[in-house]
Amino acid sequence: MKKVIELKNISKAFGGELILDDISLDIYDNEFITLLGPSGCGKTTMLRMIGGFEHPDCGDILFMNEKINDVPPHKRNVNTVFQKYALFPHLNVFENVAFPLRERKVPKKEIREKVEKMLSLVMLSNFAERSVTSLSGGQQQRVAIARALINHPKVLLLDEPLGALDLKLRKDMQQELKKIQKTTGITFVFVTHDQEEALSMSDTIVVMSEGKIQQIGTPTDIYNEPQNAFVADFIGESNIIDGVMLENYRVSFSGHTFQCLDAGFAQGEQVDVVVRPEDVDIVPLENAMLQGVVTAVTFMGVHNEIIVDIGGFKWMIQTTDSASVDDRIGISLDPDAIHIMKKSKYSGMFGDYSSYSNELDELSDPGGEA
Amino acid sequence: MKITSKLYTALIFIFLFAPILVLLVFSFNEAKSLSVFSGFSLKWYQELFHDENTLESVKNTLILAVAATVISTVMGTAAAVGIHKLKNRWYRMAVNTVTNIPMINPDIITGISMMLVFVFVGRLFGASTSLNFWTMLIAHVTFCLPYVIFQVLPKLQQMERDLTEAAMDLGCTPFRAFLKVTMPEILPGIITGAIMAFTLSLDDFVISYFTSGNDFQTLPIRIYGMTKKTVTPKMYALATIIFFVTLTLLLLNNFVESGEDKRWRELKKQRKIRLKRSEQS
Repeated sequence: MKKVIELKNISKAFGGELILDDISLDIYDNEFITLLGPSGCGKTTMLRMIGGFEHPDCGDILFMNEKINDVPPHKRNVNTVFQKYALFPHLNVFENVAFPLRERKVPKKEIREKVEKMLSLVMLSNFAERSVTSLSGGQQQRVAIARALINHPKVLLLDEPLGALDLKLRKDMQQELKKIQKTTGITFVFVTHDQEEALSMSDTIVVMSEGKIQQIGTPTDIYNEPQNAFVADFIGESNIIDGVMLENYRVSFSGHTFQCLDAGFAQGEQVDVVVRPEDVDIVPLENAMLQGVVTAVTFMGVHNEIIVDIGGFKWMIQTTDSASVDDRIGISLDPDAIHIMKKSKYSGMFGDYSSYSNELDELSDPGGEA
Repeated sequence: MKITSKLYTALIFIFLFAPILVLLVFSFNEAKSLSVFSGFSLKWYQELFHDENTLESVKNTLILAVAATVISTVMGTAAAVGIHKLKNRWYRMAVNTVTNIPMINPDIITGISMMLVFVFVGRLFGASTSLNFWTMLIAHVTFCLPYVIFQVLPKLQQMERDLTEAAMDLGCTPFRAFLKVTMPEILPGIITGAIMAFTLSLDDFVISYFTSGNDFQTLPIRIYGMTKKTVTPKMYALATIIFFVTLTLLLLNNFVESGEDKRWRELKKQRKIRLKRSEQS
């Protein structure tokens, strides 16, 4: 695979605050790569750097093996879909999409052909003469994508492009973006704080926090093999418990010893143990590895979300079984339900559902900002 | 109650427009009298257009106003863009305040201080009379500039921040991005600013009085000079013409602004609809 963009040891500070801290990342040809992280993690700054709107304090940006640190935005073979679309209000849909071609002095006939083709790709053929301010959010979004794609950039940068759309429209646009990426073969660099979006669209996910890359991998890698407590908590729900590695394939936590599939840790090493809520089986008490008391049950439609107090640590379990509050239940874990992580600075900060309530989770969900 | 308020309004309009109306009526008077209207005539208008000194000063006024408008509009727009781009808030406020000083400073002080500077600099270079067209032009640009900035800056602030970046992203140099995207967005502000600059320059007397030389006189200065002798009705004629020119500019300005308002309302309506839609789902 060919590298299109390389970031080498990039750092950037604003007003004394370190936004990007020694970031290195390779972006490959024809790849759908997502920069994922909470607000303020530096993902947008990174995107703006690739677009040419910010300059690294130190480190290099390479585009097709050439250093482009000082190349201005209009000379980069990269286009951006801005968060609020940034359509030109004084131009209609057709002229917005034709804008980059007119700048390049493309012949009129060619412009007409190209714009019409692009508008049909984003399913806006009948809207060419409409004013952009009269369009709905989803339609404006499509115009922005058409306008950014019309120059056939090597790389398309998308800065939380779906953030302002409602849920159903967002799902449709996710599918469509993925389709457009496949048909055009353009590398997409997508910024989002929505982990579901990242999982469903990306070839590669880059999880970021506090200006650092926490993990790079495919969606399944990131979900199944998180590298630290931050990643485990940010992507999906996780129970993260303190454990001790007894030997290869054997770990002890919550007063019980479990079989697992992880090896390569020192004997007796302190570790973080991740158990996804959907991997926990509820079993009769006599077969249970661990026992606890149910403190909360929430019906979620497809499954029930049960919070269980096991030795003072509150676990989340997602199951189709039912239980009621104050029931004593037993749980059992298969070896492949257990994932072991090295201790990190994020240990102990995440993965306990003591203060958990649906309401709270919604309030703190960054999806609410937009 | 209703009658009182109507009466009050009527009174205000009478006081506002009666003087102008009197002026207008007597500019068409046959005789020179200010008390007897002896018959309709365009005599004074005729005489006005044969008074070469007055016509010369009208021409001067227009040349000065156009030059001052062009220069202050270009400089003011550039300054507004610059101020808008300043990232440090305190620095931006400081620059803004300083540029606004000519707007709040009493004209007479601006006039005297400018005259002092011009004479002082003139002496430095050994010139006997340093006040001329150029000193007036500098003075007029100085007091027009803040009004242009004042009109353009809010338009820049209303503009979506990403627009210029989007233009650059799509292949524009920073200057072309300004021409193709920023300019159309802030044009209403630029036009209003230019019209304001033009009218301000047109009727400025105090600052002009202090900064004009003998070889270049504007209309207000000439009229002031004439009041020391007797005012002939041809000045009424001139004043009437000026009044209608200014009125036209004002209407033009309001027309531009109301068009702007309409676009804003449209935009707001769209946003509301979108908000509602996302709330429903």
